[in-house]
Amino acid sequence: MQYVPNLIFALALIAGIGFFVMNIRKISRNINLGKDVNRTDKKPERLKNMMKIALGQSKMVRRPLSGFLHIIVYVGFVIINIEVLEIIIDGLLGTHRIFLDFLGLGIYGFLIGTFEILAALVFAAVIIFWLRRNVSNIKRFLSKEMKGWPKNDGNIILYFEMVLMTLFLVMNATDPAFQEAGSGNIISQFIAPLFDGFSPEAVHTIERTSWWIHILGILVFLNYLYYSKHLHILLAFPNTYFANLNPKGQFTNLESVTNEVKLMMDPDADPYASPEEGAEETVPEKFGASDVADLSWVQLLNAYTCTECGRCTSACPANLTGKELSPRKIMMDTRDRLEEVGRNIDANKGVFVDDGKQLLNDYITPEELWACTSCNACVEECPVNIDPLSIIMDMRRYLVMEESAAPQELNMMMTNIENNGAPWQYNQQDRLNWANEE
Amino acid sequence: MNVPTMADMMAQGKQPEVLFWVGAAGSYDDRAKKISRAFVKILHQANVDFAVLGTEESSTGDAAKRAGNEFLFQMQAMMNIEVLNGYEVKKIVTCDPHSFNTLKNEYPSLGGKYEVYHHTQFIQNLIKEGRLTINDTTLKGKRVTFHDPCYLGRANEVYESPRDLIKRLGVNLTEMKRNKSTALCCGAGGAQMFKDAEKGDKEINILRTEDALETSPQIIATGCPYCNTMMTDGIKFKEKEAEVVVKDIAELIAEANNL
Repeated sequence: MQYVPNLIFALALIAGIGFFVMNIRKISRNINLGKDVNRTDKKPERLKNMMKIALGQSKMVRRPLSGFLHIIVYVGFVIINIEVLEIIIDGLLGTHRIFLDFLGLGIYGFLIGTFEILAALVFAAVIIFWLRRNVSNIKRFLSKEMKGWPKNDGNIILYFEMVLMTLFLVMNATDPAFQEAGSGNIISQFIAPLFDGFSPEAVHTIERTSWWIHILGILVFLNYLYYSKHLHILLAFPNTYFANLNPKGQFTNLESVTNEVKLMMDPDADPYASPEEGAEETVPEKFGASDVADLSWVQLLNAYTCTECGRCTSACPANLTGKELSPRKIMMDTRDRLEEVGRNIDANKGVFVDDGKQLLNDYITPEELWACTSCNACVEECPVNIDPLSIIMDMRRYLVMEESAAPQELNMMMTNIENNGAPWQYNQQDRLNWANEE
Repeated sequence: MNVPTMADMMAQGKQPEVLFWVGAAGSYDDRAKKISRAFVKILHQANVDFAVLGTEESSTGDAAKRAGNEFLFQMQAMMNIEVLNGYEVKKIVTCDPHSFNTLKNEYPSLGGKYEVYHHTQFIQNLIKEGRLTINDTTLKGKRVTFHDPCYLGRANEVYESPRDLIKRLGVNLTEMKRNKSTALCCGAGGAQMFKDAEKGDKEINILRTEDALETSPQIIATGCPYCNTMMTDGIKFKEKEAEVVVKDIAELIAEANNL
């Protein structure tokens, strides 16, 4: 019977991690529904970007207050996880504070003391985050797309963190041996007196309960990620690594179009030529994107990485002037549609069955797409280098090249370019007149 | 005004130092034509051997591309590349950040590889090489703010060249609260110039003009013909034409040097 807790612990650990791995595989499969794009070049530069932007949080601190608070939570999260390692070993072996024996009281106390300070700081930062989201009037948290689940999701994450930090401190406060040793109980020594009137058995029960809920809570939180915007804690790393390295103004040149244009401009090409004998007749490639599978895997990774902070939207000139466009909503819609497609595949034994829906119109409207000025403010703002603009452009390409559905004025502009080489209706022969006016 | 064309040059067996890509706005838009002329005056003063394509120049296709028409863009690009490569052009300067971006970044993979400069970079180089000096007394003490064009700034990270030139004019440069990488768009990019805005509660150029007016400027400087139009319209809307003018940096330099 004495091994029952170890066994329960091992089972919980296997279930927690196993379920998480299963879901990560689903995410990976969904991302791979996207078109291929080569992002394996310039490895040193990519690595540097990842270290600077994801690990180093360099873009977070552009907004000093939220950036500073985020760094506390981030550093706390990463460092306190060392303690989780001890908890896992203790849980599996049935030991208690196993690192204490290895490290000695001095070093162990220093470590736990650091964790306790961080836990207290994280708790405070998370309270401020909660107030910012729920009490302060911060516009980017109040947008239309943040109603309902996205708002609850944000708060649930904060509650998780509050509870986990509290349990960690209570667990230390209710460990009499740890308190008596007096090394590392920097914060918990102030919590311990709360339990002064309690019997030793009750204190021990509270300690054990806190310990168990703490570790089970971590496993639940790990699995919550899949359903939440909080995936960024993992995906920020690959996302910054695979991000675009070209100048932001450089949009891709569609290769499928290049081939057609070359053929059109080739004086020797026979427009009536039948395909060569034996040549396979290929379906012409779709131009632009109307659904998630037309996007690249990097754009889909972007969608899973987005944590809906809304910095993009708060910098978007269209959104600032009351237009429907919100770059954050573009990313949220892309993920929602991708997950819908994923569930469709799961339900249909691994193949996607047409559901009569697509990203265009069912999620993102042409009105949103046409409001974009392509100014790159959203791309510049994103703390993890997400590129909403590239999705907007790919969808405009579909609207124009597949559906001829550009706004009338843009059709006129394009007709002018075709006829007289300028967006306005001027005679090409008058192009140098400016030199002799005045 | 003497503006040689590549065809003239070729007929004389000459190859100019640089091609001035005028762009559609610089060729046809009344306000932008003044910028083209100001820049040519500067080129003349610095004795730069330049030429334009004239009637052989055609839209870069930038507006078509941002509107989603990749076909039209690539047709334009390949036509232009044929002309440019035919004249063996190596170096291009333009006053239009959109042409600058497209020629510099999007033409190479279609076969058009050139050294491309925005006119503020080009003028800065002329000064560095000692071929041009800017008179810092004419505009001395004027209050100036600079509006970053998106396709020069964020798109290509050229923030310092225009500012360096403005400082050389001896003026007081005051930054707007949103500047450089956080600058707000004027509202013209992404082919918006050629259509009405979607429904909203404000025009983007008005919001940006308000940013500029907060600095109480006498001059709003910019480096893009489209930004120029948007900011000029904004100033008119705010009925501030009497106090504030919108000028391209090339115009300010031409004015400072009495060209």
